[in-house]
Amino acid sequence: MAKGKVKRTVLDDLGGKNPVFAQILGICSTLAVTNSFRNTVVMTMGVIFTTSLANLTVSILRKSIPGRIRMMVETLIIATFVIIVDIVLKAYVPEIWKQLGPYVGLIITNCIIMGRAEAFALSNPPGLSLVDGLASGIGYAYVLLIIAFFRELLGSGTIWGISVFGDWWTNWSIMIMPPGAFFMLAIFIWVVRGALLKPEEEKK
Amino acid sequence: MESSLFPVAVFFAAIFTNNILLTNYLGMCSFLSVSRELKTSLGLGAAVIFVMAFTTLLNWLVYNYILIPLELEYLRFIVFIVVIAAFVQIVEMIIERVSEGLYAALGIFLPLITVNCAILGVSLFMVIRNYGLLSSFLFGLGSGIGWTLAILAMAGIRQKLNIARVPKGLEGAGITLIITGMMALAFMGFSGMINIS
Repeated sequence: MAKGKVKRTVLDDLGGKNPVFAQILGICSTLAVTNSFRNTVVMTMGVIFTTSLANLTVSILRKSIPGRIRMMVETLIIATFVIIVDIVLKAYVPEIWKQLGPYVGLIITNCIIMGRAEAFALSNPPGLSLVDGLASGIGYAYVLLIIAFFRELLGSGTIWGISVFGDWWTNWSIMIMPPGAFFMLAIFIWVVRGALLKPEEEKK
Repeated sequence: MESSLFPVAVFFAAIFTNNILLTNYLGMCSFLSVSRELKTSLGLGAAVIFVMAFTTLLNWLVYNYILIPLELEYLRFIVFIVVIAAFVQIVEMIIERVSEGLYAALGIFLPLITVNCAILGVSLFMVIRNYGLLSSFLFGLGSGIGWTLAILAMAGIRQKLNIARVPKGLEGAGITLIITGMMALAFMGFSGMINIS
């Protein structure tokens, strides 16, 4: 029984209830960091770390957090983990840390983390909450990685900074600029929703 | 380092060339969910302008006069979010006492704002870009106005969208994102007017 619950939690977070394309949460960073693949990898690792550990901590403390101030407590727990991420990134990958700029700190206000703490960790045991945090972090990560892949490929002709297309490719510079981010995410949501809604009518 | 015109440049740059929503993607969550109606967008926009301007100011003071002397800069995430939450709470209580009309108009939007990433984002940008006191305040004010401008424009467009036929998978968030992308394209026309970084 417990195994079935774990499996369902994971599948929900990766697919039907995916935080990014099904619930439209955490859009800010989805758009901001996906102009380069490497930054996205670092950023998503930070988010996975924060969602899973914040979920775990909230779940362990769930019986002793007073209901009235629970949002504040959750925010502080999340902020603590984000500070750890920030310090670690600054120490080991200072260049990427500089490019990510304020978006590392903005993991705090990423609605996905708060949403999972509020909706899941407060009412479930620690083990399951950790799994849920991990799974929603991964659900967020793979969407970002797909978007980043296409944006960097089309926008700079590279993946992970390595040239893929060679000299003949003209960069679509719009893809690494803000409008490209909006279009790319919209197309992604369109494709996924089209596929989930009616597979037979999917044309794009 | 800062010329006397710099704060003014920061103000206009925050509205047009470096619009917090269209170039830095902040405040998307509430942007997507609230932009359905002009009236609510205006209410939220007004609350955002007010809170953003003053929390940026407060955070600047806290950062420069408390965190830096104590060498606690790494605590800024926690401190900023607490300052923002406390400020919003206090403002809500004051408005409730002082003016009922204003409370009816803004009251329900204030709690929403604590979790608006644009507010925290502006404070973080202010730290990264090393703004002075006046520049920070005008940066917060300008960012709020820019955000409001974007959400009002979007609300106007979405009211027209209600009677338009949108492909099934694009309904809701999808079409809003595409329109936001077009707005971002339009705003890119301003770039080059003012240059700050």
